[in-house]
Amino acid sequence: MSSFNSATASLSLQDADVAVPRSTGQPTLAARLLGAWQAAWPTLRRFLLAWPFPLAIFALWSAAAHFEWVAPQVLPSPETVFNTFGDLFNSGELRTNGVISFNRVVSGFAIGASSGLLLGVLMGLSPTFKDYVYPIFRAFAQVPSLGWLPLLMMLVGIDEALKIILVAKAALVPVALNTLKGIEGVPTRYIEVAKVYGFNQWQLLVRVVFPAAFPMIWNGVRYGLTHSWLALVAVELLASSEGLGFLIVYGRQLYQMDVVMAAVVVVGAVGFVLDKVLATIETRLLRWRHDAF
Amino acid sequence: MTTSILQLAATDKPVVSRSPLRWLHPAIVPKPLRGWVIPGLLFVLWWAAYRFGWTQSQLFVPIEKVWDTAVKLSSTGELWKALGASLARDLAGFVIGSLIGLLVGGALGLSRLMENLIGPTFHTLKQISLFAWIPLISLWFGLGDVAKVAFLALAAFFPVVLNSFEGIRSVPREYIEVARVFAYSRTQLLTRVVLPSALPSIFTGVYLALIYAWLATLGAEYLLTSGVGIGNLLTDGREHFWMDYVILGVVVVGIVGFLLNWIASRIEARLLSWRGRSTAQF
Repeated sequence: MSSFNSATASLSLQDADVAVPRSTGQPTLAARLLGAWQAAWPTLRRFLLAWPFPLAIFALWSAAAHFEWVAPQVLPSPETVFNTFGDLFNSGELRTNGVISFNRVVSGFAIGASSGLLLGVLMGLSPTFKDYVYPIFRAFAQVPSLGWLPLLMMLVGIDEALKIILVAKAALVPVALNTLKGIEGVPTRYIEVAKVYGFNQWQLLVRVVFPAAFPMIWNGVRYGLTHSWLALVAVELLASSEGLGFLIVYGRQLYQMDVVMAAVVVVGAVGFVLDKVLATIETRLLRWRHDAF
Repeated sequence: MTTSILQLAATDKPVVSRSPLRWLHPAIVPKPLRGWVIPGLLFVLWWAAYRFGWTQSQLFVPIEKVWDTAVKLSSTGELWKALGASLARDLAGFVIGSLIGLLVGGALGLSRLMENLIGPTFHTLKQISLFAWIPLISLWFGLGDVAKVAFLALAAFFPVVLNSFEGIRSVPREYIEVARVFAYSRTQLLTRVVLPSALPSIFTGVYLALIYAWLATLGAEYLLTSGVGIGNLLTDGREHFWMDYVILGVVVVGIVGFLLNWIASRIEARLLSWRGRSTAQF
């Protein structure tokens, strides 16, 4: 879901801009310290304010566990979760299962995203191809990945193939759709300019169409990766004997909520890292855009 | 996938007239019929596979069988009951999650303090893959409808918060300044400036929430297997190796997804019609 983040414009409805009066002449040490403090304060304030809420929840959790307001099977104490996390980490269980899930999501995503890209490019460049394929593609996309799951389970069983196909499907749809939209959205003006310069079709594609469509395509790629991860965790919860999703189910079946929570934390962390990697690549690849200004 | 980008895509003519794939152009099939070619071929293949006995697989069912099952299940009311239960859950979770999401997103967007207090926690929690919540929810809320609706609400909650927050934060500063010049009260500022300006983004969030809630409905029904629903229908079909049930289920899921999408886009178009197309030009 994090791909819907865009840069937020700074705007506050409450505090109007306050003009800081400037003193004339050389600033004294005190004034400079004050200045440094004023500069650092907002960041520090942000940092400090982030903590009360989670800490309050944590305190509530600790209290609930300590006084046994709820059964420990339902809500283990924070220490238990922390210790379990340590145990699972040291025994390598978290790492093994994490790596398995990671490999699945990466290979499924790679297949899905590249076929989605191909499909999107073909549909974007050839209206005829689009005429034939787009309607059935839309119909295919209307059924969420989880809707295909039972059908796939019957057709390919519950092995590795099931996970890879489902993860690939989850990535394919957003990538293909966004690639199509991105290519169709390339302004005609750009094409005209390229024509003036006498670009051939290859140059047109490589130098104009793809760079112009890239932000949109990448948006689809990020969205696709988020969906892939979502789909993989779901399918691992339902049908798997290894992986992070399996670890969660396993803990749940044994009523070991500490295991469940530890695994959930890792699931969150992996999702976070995957998205961050793509975001970093994006800033790298789009550096040329900033150069223009 | 914001509206403005979609509209932007619609304003400029496509690149395709100079396409390097022009040679693909077989002008045999008239344009409006082209979309039916591939589905038609698939149907013929399906029918022929049965007619000529190409496969003996137990998983293979003829088209008529699926149709018969559809007729049977809808005349006994089983299908409608499952569909009704799923949709009721979907809507309940969607409404609850969106409303809470709007409140939280609004609070985060309007107040820096709230953003600083809750924002970091929210952004951490949203990283957790949605379905990973199910074991926790099932333990806290059981396996019944309460747990399912709670999970659906969670699924709808995240996109609504994110998009309403961003919608409010990206209200252009000039708008606020103009409102100040006109000495708008706080309420006026909110209802006449902030809300209309943030509405498209909020709608994107609600739209996404609708899609996620439907996906989550299926997930919840697979994982919290009690009661009736389309997900249960699919699970039953799979466990008994009734391919006709499964195919029917997939088709129904697709139709519902399509209709939800369609209704949401109609409502969005209506509510945002005052904007005209001006935003699309740049």
